[in-house]
Amino acid sequence: MSELNGAATSVHAHAAASRAEMLRVEDLKVHFPLKKGIIIQRQVGTIQAVDGVSFALKRGDTLGLVGESGCGKSTTALAVLRMLEPTAGRIVFEGRDITHTAKDDMRPIRRRMQMVYQDPYGSLNPRMKVRDIIGEPLQVHGEAADAAAYTERVERMIAMVGLLPDMADRYPHEFSGGQRQRIGIARALALEPGLVICDEPVSALDVSIQAQVINLFMSLQERLGLTYLFIAHDLAVVRHISDRIAVMYLGRIVEIARRDELYKTPLHPYTEALLAAVPVADPEVEARRPRVIVKGEVPSALRPPPGCRFHPRCPKAMEKCRTVDPALTDLGAGRAVACHLHTAP
Amino acid sequence: MPTPLLQVRNLTTRFNTEQGQVTAVDGVSFDIDAGETVAIVGESGSGKSVTALSIMRLIPSPPGKIESGEIVFEGRDLSRIDDAGMRAIRGNKIAMIFQEPMSSLNPALTVGMQVAEPSNLHRGLPWAKAMDLARELLGRVRIPDAASRLASYPHQYSGGMRQRVMIAMALACQPRLIIADEPTTALDVTVQAQILDLLKELTRETGSSLLLITHDLGVVARYADRVAVMYGGRIVETAPARELYRHPHHPYTLGLMASVPRLDGDAGGQLVPIEGQPPDLAHLPPGCAFSPRCGKASDACRAARPPLVEVAARHFKACFNDVRA
Repeated sequence: MSELNGAATSVHAHAAASRAEMLRVEDLKVHFPLKKGIIIQRQVGTIQAVDGVSFALKRGDTLGLVGESGCGKSTTALAVLRMLEPTAGRIVFEGRDITHTAKDDMRPIRRRMQMVYQDPYGSLNPRMKVRDIIGEPLQVHGEAADAAAYTERVERMIAMVGLLPDMADRYPHEFSGGQRQRIGIARALALEPGLVICDEPVSALDVSIQAQVINLFMSLQERLGLTYLFIAHDLAVVRHISDRIAVMYLGRIVEIARRDELYKTPLHPYTEALLAAVPVADPEVEARRPRVIVKGEVPSALRPPPGCRFHPRCPKAMEKCRTVDPALTDLGAGRAVACHLHTAP
Repeated sequence: MPTPLLQVRNLTTRFNTEQGQVTAVDGVSFDIDAGETVAIVGESGSGKSVTALSIMRLIPSPPGKIESGEIVFEGRDLSRIDDAGMRAIRGNKIAMIFQEPMSSLNPALTVGMQVAEPSNLHRGLPWAKAMDLARELLGRVRIPDAASRLASYPHQYSGGMRQRVMIAMALACQPRLIIADEPTTALDVTVQAQILDLLKELTRETGSSLLLITHDLGVVARYADRVAVMYGGRIVETAPARELYRHPHHPYTLGLMASVPRLDGDAGGQLVPIEGQPPDLAHLPPGCAFSPRCGKASDACRAARPPLVEVAARHFKACFNDVRA
């Protein structure tokens, strides 16, 4: 009897855990074959855009994904949405393994995960009115049957992102960058998703407008309990909005930690370099800050360096780093790092 | 006080557009001393790039025109000299580095030829000598294996390496002034720091002045000696860098500083954004261009444009109100 009770408790605990967890990505790989030849194509290489990425994202939390161009942050996002086929690994969304879910079965799942894009000029159809842009997801998912309810819902979305009711019948070109990004956010939220993937959502905006949109993201999260996967290269923006942050380099997560820990005591030399490279808007602070300048640039994902992928640029590289690839090692308290300096030999 | 290297006085540059005449730069005045780094900071449409292009006399005409003002460089007014005279200065005494290194390099010429060209053109060096100099310049901007990379084409270089090539070209004739227009905006953060450090180090070595055009308050804080903040085609505040960050006077400067999340700031709280949108230059209000977005704007602000007044040594603001932080 007691054994049965025990089993029941563990089942409950498991269910509670999966309810609390919005997204889990395990050892995700996305490789692109590089082909040559016009008529007879042969594969001459593999671009390892994402190569073994794992993270978990709790409901209501924000995970920031940072890294320089080509680190695989956007590819990771597209694979989570299943807009790119994963080469290997597992994607568990709201407790369900969606790695191999068929295309037709993805549709009801996708309404729970939406995306906000970087370019507010390229991501809105210039021939559609704002109300149709925001309403399109509802139409696609068959929620536009009741005309009055549909209109009411679209107008509620418009108000929610801080646009005015009379803007509904205008076209995207009549709006500024910041307003367009609000339209993109309203479209993403129309289906009431749980997870919103934001891919560089403020980097195309003017400095004074970025703060408006960041505040909007944060207040919407509070009101609607949204979960964000927030991709950006701006470390100050990511720090502001994220609970946890994963730093990516050449297709891998090199460090993942809670926000304050990552910024206070970065463990991976790449995280350290990335933070040191960002200037702080205060000349007196700048004069005192230590400078860690890494050499060179990100190498090609077609031929990643052997051993630790960061070793050719790392100021602390050891002999071992040239040959042995460090695994992402859990250090406890939600912190993990892939570096020989911080993992037991 | 020695004469400044560059004195810009009441520079006004206009463009004819479909929406009528637009004043992109409106009565801008500032100095750059020898060896000094001055930053112009502003958002899109503030007039910062047009100011830079006006100094270089690279405003496409039509539709653009330097309407009035003086650009006095080493005692000569650049706005009045003829095209041949300007060609002798451009790339020689004043060099420019642009934002997008891929589109500012010629894809059909080798990197060596492009870096050698200014010395051949301005200094009359024979090509062989100019090529030797190009190799030396590529070494100075730390392009590894410079000798063999002379024969490469721009597409064989990475983004950061291309920007190094641009810097090598700019340095070729030992210019007195280098104008860098958002030189690292297209680059990754770690590369951005490398390039700006290199630029700062080389200007320090050669004693040339640097005019840095940027939207990034952090870049300004790290590299600039003095700053001019532009908004709606005008300078709204200018001061030595430390003074500006310590005692900002203009509501726009204050607003920018409050709205940008900082690495060392308070994380997770609400940012204080500047409400509204950057101004449309074709429809500027009659008074202060910032007045529609300014919490302190009064009727006086909406009626007339505030002139720049000195509030401390070398610190000027264009605002009727006292809004110090």
